[in-house]
Amino acid sequence: MLLPEVLLQVVAADEPAGLLPARLQMAFSLGWHIVLACFGVALPSMIFVMHWRGIYRDEAVALGLAQRWAKVSAVLFAVGAVSGTVLSFEMGLLWPRLMGPFGDVLGLPFAFEGLAFFTEAIFLGIYLYGWGRMPPKRHLLTLLPMAAAGLFGTFCVVSVNAWMNAPTGFRIQDGEVVDVNPWRAMFNDLAFLQFLHMWVAAFMVVGFLVAGVYAVGMLRGRRDEHHRRGFTIPFAFASVAAVLQPVVGHFLGGGLADRQPAKLAAFELATTTESPAPLRLGGLLVDGEARWSIDIPYIGSLIARNSFDAPVPGLDTVPVQDRPPVNITHLSFQLMVGIGFFLLLVALVFWLMRWRGRDLLDHPWFLRVCVVTGPLAVLAVEAGWTATEVGRQPWVVYGVLRTADAADSNGWLWWLYGATLLVYAALTVAATLVIRSMTRRWRSGNLDLPSPYGPTRRLRDSERAGEPEVEDS
Amino acid sequence: MSLALVVAAALFVGVVAYGVLGGADFGTGSYDLTAGGDLEGAEQRTLIDHSIGPVWEANHVWLIYVLVVWWTGFPESFASAMSTLILPMLFALLGIVLRGASFAFRKYSETLAQARFFGVVFAASSVVTPFFLGAVAGAIASGRVPAQGRGDLWSSWLTPTSFFGGVIAVLTCAFLAGVFLTADAQRAGLDSLARKLRRRTVISGVITGVVVFAALVPISRDAPTLTEGLTGQAAPLIVVSALAGLATLWLLVKEHYAVARVTAVCAVAAVLFGWGFGQYPWLLVDEVTIEDAAGAEATLVGLIVVVVLAAVIVGPSLYYLFRLTQTEEWSRAEHD
Repeated sequence: MLLPEVLLQVVAADEPAGLLPARLQMAFSLGWHIVLACFGVALPSMIFVMHWRGIYRDEAVALGLAQRWAKVSAVLFAVGAVSGTVLSFEMGLLWPRLMGPFGDVLGLPFAFEGLAFFTEAIFLGIYLYGWGRMPPKRHLLTLLPMAAAGLFGTFCVVSVNAWMNAPTGFRIQDGEVVDVNPWRAMFNDLAFLQFLHMWVAAFMVVGFLVAGVYAVGMLRGRRDEHHRRGFTIPFAFASVAAVLQPVVGHFLGGGLADRQPAKLAAFELATTTESPAPLRLGGLLVDGEARWSIDIPYIGSLIARNSFDAPVPGLDTVPVQDRPPVNITHLSFQLMVGIGFFLLLVALVFWLMRWRGRDLLDHPWFLRVCVVTGPLAVLAVEAGWTATEVGRQPWVVYGVLRTADAADSNGWLWWLYGATLLVYAALTVAATLVIRSMTRRWRSGNLDLPSPYGPTRRLRDSERAGEPEVEDS
Repeated sequence: MSLALVVAAALFVGVVAYGVLGGADFGTGSYDLTAGGDLEGAEQRTLIDHSIGPVWEANHVWLIYVLVVWWTGFPESFASAMSTLILPMLFALLGIVLRGASFAFRKYSETLAQARFFGVVFAASSVVTPFFLGAVAGAIASGRVPAQGRGDLWSSWLTPTSFFGGVIAVLTCAFLAGVFLTADAQRAGLDSLARKLRRRTVISGVITGVVVFAALVPISRDAPTLTEGLTGQAAPLIVVSALAGLATLWLLVKEHYAVARVTAVCAVAAVLFGWGFGQYPWLLVDEVTIEDAAGAEATLVGLIVVVVLAAVIVGPSLYYLFRLTQTEEWSRAEHD
């Protein structure tokens, strides 16, 4: 059902040739980067807790874990830094007609994000190379600016997206952008809640993914303190986030009926305005009708409007040319919500049983569930972004600038898209390979290779004494 | 001074910082590529890894700073430059991606073969990237980017100015990196490596000088406005750059490596500032001035706030990082 919709967009004649490849490329590179960005945001806090326990409670296991996570983060942050750079190039390369007229409206949060990223990169360098070279307590403290920068940077980047959904801080006069107030644009009405939603999501993604790694280890019979600790702390972070997330999400969704009725209608698969509106689980829009959904009466109104009988606007209130691709929006929204509640359940069950004295880590079935929670959290984030981005279509700046008018007219952007897929696939394979080999090496008891570039022999000048000096020619 | 000029100056400080700090990082690629086989190159590659490991991510952020300030402060010119120079921009971007990732991958590779593969990718992309960034600079400086809309995709950067801009960028990076690596090698007590690096650095410095000199003729034909600026208002800076470059060579020969870093940075910074002054008041040469390209006033004020905050927050942090990397503890080889 999704495919015909995409194909329909391809053959739509009035679109610039660069639109679809630009959209796909942006979606792909952003969707890829978002996972790494989550690590940049959430991992410093988790490492901090581990490292703190290692130093102040003298837990050798915790210190070891902090050290290993730091090494993994070195690889992930490096890849995240370059994929983030790709995005900042793409803003101009793919959307010149967004960045030209609106660059000075939406640019300020990006500038602040640059500041945050700078801070993170500097302290990352200090932290990674500080092991054994700095006073331990000061070394630990270098994680705090990283965590703070992750928090602030998330706000900045998400604020731009929030602005695209709720544009403000400018006026259009005779087709020109005037009265620019970049602060108002940065602190738009949606910025805070949308930021909170993403920030909490980052902790779910990283928490469940990292915990899942140790769940795999326990399933394979490695049931030592190292694995238990490696599981529990990230899982605790993820649990808190999973509990908060539905609340944040609910507040974020409030007012959507007034703000973006078309998006809400697509979320709810509402073809006509109904009051009270049901909650539709699953289902698809076929020939303008909602089919195969499970309808729960009243709940749609309750969720969207905080009332049992308030009307939920339907697609009929939206002109056809302003409607988003309904099925993609609806399904990805429901996927996000569904996974969110499942993850919440997993977290609650674990802590509830623990409180009652039962340790679910002894149960293989629970560990198996934990292994999939990480990938599910990633899926939820991707689905959430898809829902909010596709749901905003056909606008890139809601109500102001259509995506088709922001795109470049380049048909050969398809080639770029193909090249991007290849490069990112190679990056993914390489990063996975390297991190896997790191963990294998750790398990076999080795730390790092003495020097990754050559045999240790003859590494140092002093050891060369007596040998004839190798002359370069 | 107008707001637009303040922002343009802040933007250009970013260009210079990226040119110097990022340039020194990129330049290590030349030495990594030519370090030799696994055995004889191991020492030099380890030194490179150690020298740029803690700082490369921070140095890389200057590029993002430049892009962001550009599109926020001067949005139309950013859009037209990006769509005109999409090809060299993409090649540079590819280089940046491959380099950053493979540098991290190499450090944690499992086998020597893997490390070797990532090492070659790292080193090669480090050499290629400055070329395309230099070509982008050449296209802007020679007036190939229109104020709005798109210039020609190919002829805007396949020009003598872009070509020499690229070559000079690669050579300058190599020279800078050589000076830093030589000093690092000496501080780490690797004396024979320091001597070897010194020789290569002096050679690359001499080549850079010759190429810059030889490029003057084609560039003066291809980019008259820039040339007029370089020989006019920016002439003192070009002289400073030449003198600082010569001083660096002399200091290297005399084995004053620590001081040579200062003069090398001066030489590169002066030539970059010279470019900026040379093309003033144009943002895109012959097309749009800094004043005319500027976006909304309120945004320029916002950007100045960001720059001041950056000076307060990032400045000291960056200083701390650089100072740490120059200490005895951080010069030690890793053993974790």
